[in-house]
Amino acid sequence: MHRYLARRLVLVVPTLIGLSMVVFALVRLLPGDAVTMLMQDYAYAKDADEMRSKLGLDRPIAVQYVEWMGGVLRGDLGTSLRSKTHVSDELFKRMPVTAELGVLGLIVGLLISIPVGVISAVRQDKAVDYVARSMAIAFLSIPGFWLGTLVVTLPSVWWQWTPPLRYTQLIDDPLRNMTQMILPALILGIGLSGGVMRLTRAQMLEVLRQDYVLTAAAKGLAEWSTVWRHALKNAFIPVLTLLGLQVAILVSGTVVLESIFVLPGMGRYLLEAVQYRDYPVIQGLNLLFAVVIVLTNLLVDLCYGWLDPRVRYG
Amino acid sequence: MARATLAPPSRTGILARPELEAPLRRPAPRGGLLWLGRFVRRKPLGAIGGTIVIVLLFVAALAPLLAPYEYDVGAGIDRLQGPTISHPFGTDANGRDMLSRIIWGARVSITVGFGAVGMSVLLAMAVGVLSAYFGGWADLLLQRIVDVWISFPAVVLLVSLVAVIGPGLWSVTFALGVLLAPGTSRVIRGSVIGMRNLPYMEAARCLGAGHARMIVRHVIPNVFAPVIVLATVQLGTAILAESTLSFLGYGVPPPFPAWGAMLSGTGRAFMLQSPWLSIWPGLAISAAVFGFNMLGDALRDELDPRLRGR
Repeated sequence: MHRYLARRLVLVVPTLIGLSMVVFALVRLLPGDAVTMLMQDYAYAKDADEMRSKLGLDRPIAVQYVEWMGGVLRGDLGTSLRSKTHVSDELFKRMPVTAELGVLGLIVGLLISIPVGVISAVRQDKAVDYVARSMAIAFLSIPGFWLGTLVVTLPSVWWQWTPPLRYTQLIDDPLRNMTQMILPALILGIGLSGGVMRLTRAQMLEVLRQDYVLTAAAKGLAEWSTVWRHALKNAFIPVLTLLGLQVAILVSGTVVLESIFVLPGMGRYLLEAVQYRDYPVIQGLNLLFAVVIVLTNLLVDLCYGWLDPRVRYG
Repeated sequence: MARATLAPPSRTGILARPELEAPLRRPAPRGGLLWLGRFVRRKPLGAIGGTIVIVLLFVAALAPLLAPYEYDVGAGIDRLQGPTISHPFGTDANGRDMLSRIIWGARVSITVGFGAVGMSVLLAMAVGVLSAYFGGWADLLLQRIVDVWISFPAVVLLVSLVAVIGPGLWSVTFALGVLLAPGTSRVIRGSVIGMRNLPYMEAARCLGAGHARMIVRHVIPNVFAPVIVLATVQLGTAILAESTLSFLGYGVPPPFPAWGAMLSGTGRAFMLQSPWLSIWPGLAISAAVFGFNMLGDALRDELDPRLRGR
């Protein structure tokens, strides 16, 4: 386990460094006259040269990178061009909204996909299975932004009801916050559940054919105990890997849904920043999202050890 | 006394083995038409998906002939009409015929989808084949780059990329291709690693084939099956991503009628008055993606024997 852990941790370092380089390069790849363009958009400096030195763009690119990374490691992501506030302060304020939406979406997704996937495998080729499989593909195909748009529009046409569009914080009024979060979380979860459902079913089909399941059934264990305790735990490892990869989809989903449901999270911040070409903000958000995804995948790999002793001792 | 039967008693519940109880299948008939007939019979859902895909391609190719009106010209007097005989899908806030816009939108989605997937496959082939065929340091290095690439959330990367390179049909296609490539390259790498030490590869190497010949004649033809399957599913993903991007305002710019864009902007402001505006584009996207997913699933079952019946 220690070797496995160490190996996994060492591999994260180059990934994180590579990530920071890509994020850094993203902004430097701007079309040539970005400085002039920024000058028009913001009264940030008197002329292009002053602008360059203020942004630090007049120094060698390696120096710029090291300096930026130094700031990042101290928690300083730079200053927003538009609002002149610290990017990290703003992110800190907005992170709870996106995190809440993401976690709720994940919970909804798992609550739908795991039971349906397991039942679909246990009743393979029965009517339930066909319904579940078609549902899974439908969930993969329906765009979340369309569901979101319908949820915001149709109820107000039919029943003169709209989801609350003024954000309330979770600690201020949990109930109000939940009524606001539950619809986007449902849509996010539905989008997530299709892929997870399909993989759960495929893995369960594999595991249910193993000898130890036959043994468990033969010694007279109840079906639910065989399925949920013996089979599911073994089927869950690839599902966990998929969940790690799905975090990226979850993040993309929050960007879209925050903009539809007017939630002041990081996703909407990104859209605003892109709209106003607020590059320090774009840079900071990209880095943060990517780091979250890398760390989630690390966490997933560490969970293998807990689920599968072979990984721990291997 | 009852005669003992040879067949085992049929098992139910978690011990059910449908594959053991099904009658043995006849070997696959040769020939395109026969294969197609068998595909339709064995994979009805896949056939439905295939039909949707064919209709979509047909509509995209013949949009100028099929669309009853032009997609960017509307009559102010006809604005926000409900479904009528002359405008079966109604009209939008500018009086433009929704049916014609949906038909032209198919062309936008298909162009971007095929362009992006084509790019992704080419890029992924290069990375995946090189990484797996040569292994060692090349593999380690390339895979770390892929790790980085995979770690970016799709919408975030897309929106940022399009913001940097500027909106347009080709920049959206490019951004999507770049986004889809790493996943594809992992699949290609996996199947190349699986075949690296198979007898026919060894035989070719013993006969003195160089790296270039090995890759072109032996490796690439053998990854085609997984690539076709993956590309089909990715076409769905690409169309979905394109519409999301258009919805957020970073997709193919007007006057192109992108399905996603019809659900935002001016369309959105009038949805309370005329809800059908929000129905058709969403249905079109869902149907297109559903078709590609269903077809891809069925193709995978047919082309990849290991996954048959899952």
